[in-house]
Amino acid sequence: MSVILVLIGFSLLIAASFLFAFIWAVKTGQYDDSYTPSVRILFDNKTINNKTINNKTINNKTINSKNINENEKV
Amino acid sequence: MQFSEVYLKEVANCYHCGEACDRVDITAEGRHFCCLGCKTVFEILNENNLCAYYEIDKSPGISQKKLDSEKLESAVKSRCSYLDDNQIINSLVSFSDGNISVVNFNIPQIHCSSCIWLLENLHKLNCGIIHSEVNFLQKSLTVKFNHNEISLRRLVELLVSVGYEPQISLSDIENKIKYRSNRNLYYKIGIAGFCFGNVMLLSFPEYLSLETHLESLYKQFFGLLNIVLGIPVLFYSASDYFKSAYNGVKQKTINIDFPISLGLAVLFVRSVFEILTGTGAGFIDSMTGLIFFLLLGKLFQSKTYDALNFERNYKSYFPISVTIVNKGIESSIPVSKLKQGDRVIIRNNELVPADAILFSSSANIDYSFVTGESIPVQKVAGEIIYAGGKQIGGAVEMEVIRTVSQSYLTQLWNKDTFIKKDENRFNSLVNVVGKYFTVIILLIAASAFVYWYPVSLRTAINAFTAVLIIACPCGIALTNPFALGNAIRILGKNKLYLKNASVVERMSKIDTIVFDKTGTITQTGDANITFNGSVLNSYEQKLVKSLVRNSTHPLSGRIYDALESNEILEIKDFTEHAGRGIEGSADKVKIRLGSALFCADNNKILNYPDKAGEKPDTRIFLTIAGSIKGYFSINNIYRSGLEEITSALNENYSLAVLSGDSSGEKENLTKYFNENTKFKFNQSPLDKLKFIESSQLNGRKVLMVGDGLNDAGALKQSDVGIAISEDAASFSPACDGILEASSFGKLARFMRFSKTTKKIIISSFVISIIYNVIGVTLAFQSEISPLLAAILMPLSSVTVVLFTVSSTNLMAKKRGLV
Repeated sequence: MSVILVLIGFSLLIAASFLFAFIWAVKTGQYDDSYTPSVRILFDNKTINNKTINNKTINNKTINSKNINENEKV
Repeated sequence: MQFSEVYLKEVANCYHCGEACDRVDITAEGRHFCCLGCKTVFEILNENNLCAYYEIDKSPGISQKKLDSEKLESAVKSRCSYLDDNQIINSLVSFSDGNISVVNFNIPQIHCSSCIWLLENLHKLNCGIIHSEVNFLQKSLTVKFNHNEISLRRLVELLVSVGYEPQISLSDIENKIKYRSNRNLYYKIGIAGFCFGNVMLLSFPEYLSLETHLESLYKQFFGLLNIVLGIPVLFYSASDYFKSAYNGVKQKTINIDFPISLGLAVLFVRSVFEILTGTGAGFIDSMTGLIFFLLLGKLFQSKTYDALNFERNYKSYFPISVTIVNKGIESSIPVSKLKQGDRVIIRNNELVPADAILFSSSANIDYSFVTGESIPVQKVAGEIIYAGGKQIGGAVEMEVIRTVSQSYLTQLWNKDTFIKKDENRFNSLVNVVGKYFTVIILLIAASAFVYWYPVSLRTAINAFTAVLIIACPCGIALTNPFALGNAIRILGKNKLYLKNASVVERMSKIDTIVFDKTGTITQTGDANITFNGSVLNSYEQKLVKSLVRNSTHPLSGRIYDALESNEILEIKDFTEHAGRGIEGSADKVKIRLGSALFCADNNKILNYPDKAGEKPDTRIFLTIAGSIKGYFSINNIYRSGLEEITSALNENYSLAVLSGDSSGEKENLTKYFNENTKFKFNQSPLDKLKFIESSQLNGRKVLMVGDGLNDAGALKQSDVGIAISEDAASFSPACDGILEASSFGKLARFMRFSKTTKKIIISSFVISIIYNVIGVTLAFQSEISPLLAAILMPLSSVTVVLFTVSSTNLMAKKRGLV
């Protein structure tokens, strides 16, 4: 039966390791801001980088063609 | 004609900020912008490959329109020059070593995920910036930068250039931005939860009545382990309750934490005694569980609005530095060093930091911070300008006549109201109940002791401790955090943001409601422009609209918006006479617009007598081709929902309206308020404070609803001060709650809901007292088992929590607040 003493010791040790993980998480500020990280994780670094808008985007064309149409109406 | 309208609607929304463009000529890379400022920001981002900013959220930018005229590089530069001062740098920076500094900024403009993205990619704009991190809820930005490569001033200028100007005010210098978080509470909950779980496991044999099968070695071992696990919970996690109880006793009051601490202490002592003597298993499981639940309640209640600041005084409004001129040389000095006789330069949109005499020929001062009145006041040379006003238009020069702390407005803060602390001004219901509760429980416990003493000392002690343990008012202690915490959340969803939970309770006791007029029950920004006189035909409207288009005066902008005309004529010989009016001619017709004296002689003005609800000084006369046509007048618009509020509140509350203006508006106000309402006009900030004070002396509990700095004294003095704000994140004076203007119409419902919440709390007290009566009856008979305690205590807590949360939700639904 004395094996139970050892097992309880282990179970406490494992539980304590989770407690320390929690304390570490609080200490490093993971509980300070509960909102921003949920947004931050959605930024995709690779695809979003290096996007420059230049004159030849499609959007621009539609705007120009609208201009022309409007002018014709008048 | 139609073309231009369609064109405006369909195409021209600013690519940067999404506002409608009234000019179509500002474009870059095929995108339209509403102003040059927005275009500049776009160009900076485009150059640096940061245009993903525009893809995360649509039109995320901050409109640069208002800054346009001072967007000139030099203006920004001189405005930030105070950041070169080493003393100021040191007080702003939160950490600094040889190369690296860390600084924390408040940036109220943060509003979407694009903002987060851009601000966290600042390092792509300047390689001196090492890392930047946004806290969205607090609307703050922490920047780690190499101060050898980029100075603090350059950093702030960089933020300004992309449209995120940090708000750096006098109060930041004096006390650093406090680190607000409840990390300690998390530690306490973590430890309590950990110990609670393990103690439960070790107590399992007791619950299943297996202890008879257990060898005494294990019994002893489990018991000792329970004590070891209980110690940190009692001495660390529950330490706040003991401290609060001790402080209460020191001030000769008994609060609700006293019976809790007593119960916990008795629980622990008796458990230790039972375990060590081998006479029982103790109640460590109940104790740790109780503390764990109490702390969860605290966490629930601690809901705060991080981004909002309820403690602002004038220092949060005032700039850190001001530009002074000495022998023709401009330099910037900290506002606190401003002396009498200094010549200061106030630029567009800058705040006047101290009472001063105007030296420039004229200035337009917007006192909306102070009075809530957003129509600027024209001042001419030699007039005194009170601190808190904001210059609109070009830079003006003035001479300081009183230092910042002695100024008319800031003197309010030297009053006692602002020095005395909030605490102990209010006796919460739970503490009143707690006081009687403690006395009764102690009496019962003592009589149990006396009753059993003839049997044996041992039974007597058992009964005594059992009563204290079982009567531990966990249900009562949990009621407040859950009921009030939930009420705060419900009100927050309806855009009334309260400082803390006790405000809900104080609201329920209110019997007098005092409104400020300007900016509180009238709408800020919007004013109704009407033309009195002969009706203007469409050609005349066109003339006037063309004329005012040339003027930068804010009233001109209002008139421009109010007139309907799509065509603009070319104006010749346009001249602006400061403080008087504007004139010009179009199609050879002369037009004059301005003050009565500017436009016509006195005899003709007599044809236009004063009308109720009109401010004489906001009349703008119009003459076309020499003949007077009439005048534009600006009328207040009352907030929508005012009628709903007053009709609901008239019955149960006595109302009052305080106004800094003259009594001209009284006739209009009586339409909304009944005959018992008190009206006070020409009230100075101090008069308002005194009015509240005198009602309180008559035993009234006063709710003050105000907006500007001139209400700050009254807000602070009142039992509950609620500030109305168009946008909760923007400026508002120190108060107990911030109400967004859009929810103004719900005020009556909020008041009713606070009363309901109080009733729910009382019912919940009754429930938990019933539990206590049952428990104490059993305990009085000296026999309580750990099992009974382990069931009864959590059961009462869970009932109370479920009851309060569900009933507050239900009542909120009934009141139409969900």
